[in-house]
Amino acid sequence: MVGILLGAPCENDGMTSPAEVERVQPQPEEAAFEDRPWVTVVWNDPVNLMSYVTYVLQKIFGYSKDHATKLMLDVHNKGKAAVSSGSKEKVEADVAKLHAAGLWATMQKDS
Amino acid sequence: MNGWTRKNGHLRAEFAPQEAAVIRGLVGQIKDMLAARADEAPVDELTELTGIRTGPATPPEDRVLGRLLPDFYRSDPETGESDEEETGAAGAMRSLHEPELLELKTGVAATVLETCPPEGGTVKLTEEQADSWMSAINDVRLALGTALDIDEDMPDELPEDDLRREHLNVYQWLTWVQDNLVEAMSS
Repeated sequence: MVGILLGAPCENDGMTSPAEVERVQPQPEEAAFEDRPWVTVVWNDPVNLMSYVTYVLQKIFGYSKDHATKLMLDVHNKGKAAVSSGSKEKVEADVAKLHAAGLWATMQKDS
Repeated sequence: MNGWTRKNGHLRAEFAPQEAAVIRGLVGQIKDMLAARADEAPVDELTELTGIRTGPATPPEDRVLGRLLPDFYRSDPETGESDEEETGAAGAMRSLHEPELLELKTGVAATVLETCPPEGGTVKLTEEQADSWMSAINDVRLALGTALDIDEDMPDELPEDDLRREHLNVYQWLTWVQDNLVEAMSS
Protein backbone atom coordinates (compact mmCIF):
# COMPACT_ATOMS: atom_id res chain seq x y z
CA MET A 1 0.00 0.00 0.00
CA VAL A 2 2.83 2.38 0.84
CA GLY A 3 3.50 4.84 -1.91
CA ILE A 4 0.38 4.44 -3.99
CA LEU A 5 -1.78 6.94 -2.15
CA LEU A 6 -1.17 10.52 -3.09
CA GLY A 7 -0.80 11.59 0.51
CA ALA A 8 1.34 8.67 1.64
CA PRO A 9 5.13 8.83 1.86
CA CYS A 10 6.71 7.99 -1.45
CA GLU A 11 9.85 5.93 -1.82
CA ASN A 12 10.68 7.76 -5.02
CA ASP A 13 10.86 11.12 -3.31
CA GLY A 14 14.63 11.15 -3.18
CA MET A 15 14.93 10.11 -6.79
CA THR A 16 13.16 13.01 -8.35
CA SER A 17 15.02 16.08 -9.44
CA PRO A 18 14.16 19.35 -7.70
CA ALA A 19 10.92 20.10 -9.42
CA GLU A 20 9.82 23.54 -10.39
CA VAL A 21 6.13 23.89 -11.03
CA GLU A 22 5.84 24.21 -14.76
CA ARG A 23 3.18 26.50 -16.02
CA VAL A 24 1.71 26.60 -19.45
CA GLN A 25 2.56 30.05 -20.71
CA PRO A 26 -0.46 32.24 -21.37
CA GLN A 27 -1.06 33.35 -24.91
CA PRO A 28 0.57 36.74 -25.55
CA GLU A 29 -2.70 38.45 -26.41
CA GLU A 30 -4.18 37.28 -23.11
CA ALA A 31 -1.18 38.42 -21.13
CA ALA A 32 -1.46 41.87 -22.64
CA PHE A 33 -4.93 42.34 -21.22
CA GLU A 34 -4.34 40.64 -17.92
CA ASP A 35 -0.99 40.81 -16.15
CA ARG A 36 -1.81 37.93 -13.83
CA PRO A 37 -3.20 34.85 -15.60
CA TRP A 38 -5.38 32.34 -13.79
CA VAL A 39 -3.97 29.02 -12.66
CA THR A 40 -5.56 25.68 -11.84
CA VAL A 41 -4.23 24.34 -8.55
CA VAL A 42 -4.45 20.68 -7.50
CA TRP A 43 -4.09 20.07 -3.75
CA ASN A 44 -2.66 17.04 -2.02
CA ASP A 45 -5.15 14.74 -0.35
CA PRO A 46 -4.81 11.37 1.40
CA VAL A 47 -7.32 9.45 -0.75
CA ASN A 48 -6.49 10.03 -4.41
CA LEU A 49 -4.05 7.48 -5.82
CA MET A 50 -0.78 8.63 -7.36
CA SER A 51 -1.44 6.41 -10.39
CA TYR A 52 -4.97 7.81 -10.81
CA VAL A 53 -3.90 11.45 -10.51
CA THR A 54 -1.23 10.89 -13.18
CA TYR A 55 -3.81 9.17 -15.41
CA VAL A 56 -6.34 12.01 -14.98
CA LEU A 57 -3.77 14.74 -15.75
CA GLN A 58 -2.78 12.89 -18.94
CA LYS A 59 -6.36 12.37 -20.00
CA ILE A 60 -7.72 15.86 -19.27
CA PHE A 61 -4.75 17.93 -20.44
CA GLY A 62 -3.13 15.57 -22.92
CA TYR A 63 0.16 15.76 -21.00
CA SER A 64 2.87 13.15 -21.53
CA LYS A 65 3.22 10.49 -18.85
CA ASP A 66 6.50 12.09 -17.71
CA HIS A 67 5.01 15.57 -17.36
CA ALA A 68 1.86 14.29 -15.64
CA THR A 69 4.00 12.25 -13.24
CA LYS A 70 6.14 15.29 -12.44
CA LEU A 71 3.04 17.40 -11.66
CA MET A 72 1.59 14.58 -9.54
CA LEU A 73 4.84 14.37 -7.55
CA ASP A 74 4.75 18.15 -7.02
CA VAL A 75 1.24 17.77 -5.56
CA HIS A 76 2.46 14.88 -3.42
CA ASN A 77 5.69 16.45 -2.20
CA LYS A 78 4.82 20.15 -2.02
CA GLY A 79 1.14 19.90 -1.12
CA LYS A 80 -0.06 21.51 -4.33
CA ALA A 81 0.84 22.17 -7.95
CA ALA A 82 -0.33 24.48 -10.71
CA VAL A 83 -1.43 22.09 -13.44
CA SER A 84 -2.70 24.52 -16.07
CA SER A 85 -3.12 28.24 -16.66
CA GLY A 86 -4.79 30.68 -18.98
CA SER A 87 -7.93 32.76 -19.17
CA LYS A 88 -10.43 32.63 -16.32
CA GLU A 89 -12.88 30.71 -18.52
CA LYS A 90 -10.31 28.07 -19.47
CA VAL A 91 -9.17 27.54 -15.89
CA GLU A 92 -12.76 27.44 -14.67
CA ALA A 93 -13.48 24.66 -17.18
CA ASP A 94 -10.30 22.80 -16.14
CA VAL A 95 -11.31 22.92 -12.46
CA ALA A 96 -14.77 21.58 -13.35
CA LYS A 97 -13.20 18.63 -15.23
CA LEU A 98 -10.87 17.85 -12.32
CA HIS A 99 -13.81 17.96 -9.88
CA ALA A 100 -15.65 15.46 -12.06
CA ALA A 101 -12.62 13.16 -11.76
CA GLY A 102 -12.59 13.62 -7.98
CA LEU A 103 -9.39 15.64 -7.67
CA TRP A 104 -9.26 18.50 -5.21
CA ALA A 105 -8.79 21.48 -7.53
CA THR A 106 -9.27 25.23 -7.17
CA MET A 107 -8.56 28.30 -9.27
CA GLN A 108 -6.63 31.44 -8.41
CA LYS A 109 -4.81 34.37 -9.91
CA ASP A 110 -1.16 33.56 -10.52
CA SER A 111 0.98 35.02 -7.75
CA MET B 1 -11.66 -10.45 -8.21
CA ASN B 2 -8.15 -11.22 -9.43
CA GLY B 3 -7.50 -8.05 -11.38
CA TRP B 4 -8.42 -6.43 -14.67
CA THR B 5 -7.21 -7.65 -18.04
CA ARG B 6 -7.25 -5.59 -21.21
CA LYS B 7 -7.83 -7.21 -24.56
CA ASN B 8 -9.13 -5.87 -27.88
CA GLY B 9 -10.07 -2.53 -26.38
CA HIS B 10 -12.06 -4.06 -23.55
CA LEU B 11 -11.40 -4.35 -19.83
CA ARG B 12 -12.52 -7.49 -18.10
CA ALA B 13 -12.64 -8.78 -14.52
CA GLU B 14 -14.49 -11.45 -12.54
CA PHE B 15 -16.37 -10.38 -9.42
CA ALA B 16 -17.62 -12.72 -6.70
CA PRO B 17 -21.28 -12.21 -5.69
CA GLN B 18 -20.26 -10.50 -2.45
CA GLU B 19 -17.77 -8.22 -4.24
CA ALA B 20 -20.40 -7.17 -6.77
CA ALA B 21 -22.85 -6.51 -3.92
CA VAL B 22 -20.32 -4.26 -2.12
CA ILE B 23 -19.58 -2.25 -5.26
CA ARG B 24 -23.24 -1.90 -6.25
CA GLY B 25 -24.30 -1.04 -2.70
CA LEU B 26 -21.72 1.70 -2.19
CA VAL B 27 -22.00 3.21 -5.68
CA GLY B 28 -25.79 3.18 -5.24
CA GLN B 29 -25.47 5.08 -1.95
CA ILE B 30 -23.34 7.76 -3.60
CA LYS B 31 -25.89 8.05 -6.42
CA ASP B 32 -28.68 8.52 -3.85
CA MET B 33 -26.70 11.21 -2.00
CA LEU B 34 -26.11 13.08 -5.26
CA ALA B 35 -29.78 12.79 -6.23
CA ALA B 36 -30.83 14.23 -2.86
CA ARG B 37 -28.46 17.15 -3.38
CA ALA B 38 -29.81 17.72 -6.90
CA ASP B 39 -33.31 17.96 -5.43
CA GLU B 40 -32.13 20.91 -3.31
CA ALA B 41 -31.42 22.98 -6.42
CA PRO B 42 -33.58 26.07 -6.60
CA VAL B 43 -36.30 26.05 -9.23
CA ASP B 44 -37.41 29.44 -10.48
CA GLU B 45 -39.21 30.90 -13.41
CA LEU B 46 -36.00 31.99 -15.09
CA THR B 47 -34.68 28.41 -14.98
CA GLU B 48 -37.88 27.10 -16.51
CA LEU B 49 -37.85 29.81 -19.15
CA THR B 50 -34.20 29.54 -20.18
CA GLY B 51 -33.47 25.92 -19.37
CA ILE B 52 -30.25 27.11 -17.72
CA ARG B 53 -29.97 25.19 -14.48
CA THR B 54 -28.60 26.70 -11.32
CA GLY B 55 -27.44 24.83 -8.24
CA PRO B 56 -27.28 25.92 -4.60
CA ALA B 57 -24.77 28.71 -3.87
CA THR B 58 -23.63 27.17 -0.58
CA PRO B 59 -21.53 24.00 -0.09
CA PRO B 60 -23.26 20.89 1.32
CA GLU B 61 -23.35 20.82 5.12
CA ASP B 62 -22.47 17.13 5.06
CA ARG B 63 -18.67 16.86 4.84
CA VAL B 64 -18.79 13.61 2.83
CA LEU B 65 -20.92 15.23 0.15
CA GLY B 66 -18.79 18.35 0.50
CA ARG B 67 -15.70 16.37 -0.51
CA LEU B 68 -17.45 15.19 -3.69
CA LEU B 69 -18.54 18.73 -4.56
CA PRO B 70 -15.59 21.02 -3.71
CA ASP B 71 -15.47 24.81 -3.93
CA PHE B 72 -13.78 26.52 -6.88
CA TYR B 73 -11.71 28.78 -4.61
CA ARG B 74 -9.62 28.19 -1.54
CA SER B 75 -7.78 30.58 0.73
CA ASP B 76 -4.08 29.88 1.20
CA PRO B 77 -3.87 27.34 4.07
CA GLU B 78 -0.51 28.70 5.24
CA THR B 79 -1.12 32.43 5.18
CA GLY B 80 -4.91 32.30 5.43
CA GLU B 81 -4.93 34.87 2.65
CA SER B 82 -7.87 34.91 0.36
CA ASP B 83 -9.04 37.27 -2.26
CA GLU B 84 -12.31 38.77 -1.00
CA GLU B 85 -13.62 39.06 -4.50
CA GLU B 86 -12.81 35.42 -5.29
CA THR B 87 -14.35 34.13 -2.08
CA GLY B 88 -17.50 36.06 -2.86
CA ALA B 89 -17.56 34.51 -6.30
CA ALA B 90 -17.37 30.95 -4.95
CA GLY B 91 -21.12 30.78 -4.45
CA ALA B 92 -21.85 31.98 -7.95
CA MET B 93 -19.34 29.51 -9.38
CA ARG B 94 -20.89 26.62 -7.45
CA SER B 95 -24.36 27.62 -8.50
CA LEU B 96 -23.23 27.63 -12.12
CA HIS B 97 -21.25 24.37 -12.20
CA GLU B 98 -22.80 22.08 -9.59
CA PRO B 99 -25.72 20.81 -11.73
CA GLU B 100 -23.34 19.50 -14.39
CA LEU B 101 -20.99 18.00 -11.80
CA LEU B 102 -23.90 16.17 -10.17
CA GLU B 103 -25.00 14.93 -13.57
CA LEU B 104 -21.52 13.63 -14.44
CA LYS B 105 -21.06 11.89 -11.09
CA THR B 106 -24.55 10.40 -11.25
CA GLY B 107 -23.78 9.24 -14.79
CA VAL B 108 -20.61 7.33 -13.88
CA ALA B 109 -22.42 5.72 -10.93
CA ALA B 110 -25.22 4.63 -13.28
CA THR B 111 -22.65 3.08 -15.64
CA VAL B 112 -21.29 0.94 -12.79
CA LEU B 113 -24.79 -0.17 -11.81
CA GLU B 114 -25.55 -1.07 -15.44
CA THR B 115 -22.35 -3.03 -16.04
CA CYS B 116 -21.82 -4.77 -12.70
CA PRO B 117 -24.13 -7.83 -12.53
CA PRO B 118 -25.98 -8.02 -9.17
CA GLU B 119 -25.18 -11.72 -8.85
CA GLY B 120 -21.49 -11.19 -9.66
CA GLY B 121 -19.62 -12.70 -12.59
CA THR B 122 -17.87 -11.12 -15.55
CA VAL B 123 -17.65 -7.36 -15.88
CA LYS B 124 -16.71 -6.36 -19.43
CA LEU B 125 -16.14 -2.68 -20.15
CA THR B 126 -15.30 -0.41 -23.05
CA GLU B 127 -12.50 2.04 -22.30
CA GLU B 128 -15.06 4.80 -21.84
CA GLN B 129 -16.97 2.66 -19.33
CA ALA B 130 -13.68 1.85 -17.59
CA ASP B 131 -13.08 5.59 -17.10
CA SER B 132 -16.55 5.82 -15.55
CA TRP B 133 -15.71 2.94 -13.19
CA MET B 134 -12.49 4.69 -12.14
CA SER B 135 -14.35 7.93 -11.35
CA ALA B 136 -17.22 6.16 -9.59
CA ILE B 137 -14.94 4.00 -7.43
CA ASN B 138 -12.89 7.10 -6.68
CA ASP B 139 -16.05 8.89 -5.50
CA VAL B 140 -16.82 5.97 -3.16
CA ARG B 141 -13.24 6.07 -1.83
CA LEU B 142 -13.45 9.84 -1.31
CA ALA B 143 -16.69 9.37 0.62
CA LEU B 144 -15.37 6.46 2.71
CA GLY B 145 -12.02 8.18 3.24
CA THR B 146 -13.76 11.31 4.53
CA ALA B 147 -16.13 9.34 6.78
CA LEU B 148 -13.25 7.25 8.18
CA ASP B 149 -10.97 10.28 8.61
CA ILE B 150 -8.32 8.61 6.47
CA ASP B 151 -5.04 10.49 6.65
CA GLU B 152 -1.40 9.84 5.91
CA ASP B 153 -0.86 8.26 9.32
CA MET B 154 -3.70 5.74 8.95
CA PRO B 155 -2.31 2.25 9.66
CA ASP B 156 -3.04 -0.52 7.13
CA GLU B 157 -4.92 -2.38 9.83
CA LEU B 158 -6.91 -1.04 12.77
CA PRO B 159 -7.20 -2.67 16.24
CA GLU B 160 -9.86 -5.40 16.66
CA ASP B 161 -12.13 -3.13 18.69
CA ASP B 162 -12.05 -0.22 16.24
CA LEU B 163 -15.48 0.18 14.67
CA ARG B 164 -13.91 1.47 11.45
CA ARG B 165 -12.02 -1.79 10.89
CA GLU B 166 -14.46 -3.42 8.46
CA HIS B 167 -14.97 -0.22 6.50
CA LEU B 168 -11.23 0.27 6.20
CA ASN B 169 -10.93 -3.22 4.71
CA VAL B 170 -13.54 -2.31 2.09
CA TYR B 171 -11.76 0.99 1.40
CA GLN B 172 -8.45 -0.79 0.89
CA TRP B 173 -10.02 -3.37 -1.40
CA LEU B 174 -11.54 -0.58 -3.52
CA THR B 175 -8.13 1.12 -3.59
CA TRP B 176 -6.73 -2.04 -5.12
CA VAL B 177 -9.60 -2.46 -7.61
CA GLN B 178 -9.13 1.15 -8.78
CA ASP B 179 -5.33 1.10 -8.88
CA ASN B 180 -5.38 -2.15 -10.83
CA LEU B 181 -7.83 -0.68 -13.34
CA VAL B 182 -5.64 2.41 -13.81
CA GLU B 183 -2.69 0.08 -14.40
CA ALA B 184 -4.62 -1.98 -16.95
CA MET B 185 -5.75 1.20 -18.76
CA SER B 186 -2.23 2.68 -18.75
CA SER B 187 -0.52 -0.43 -20.11
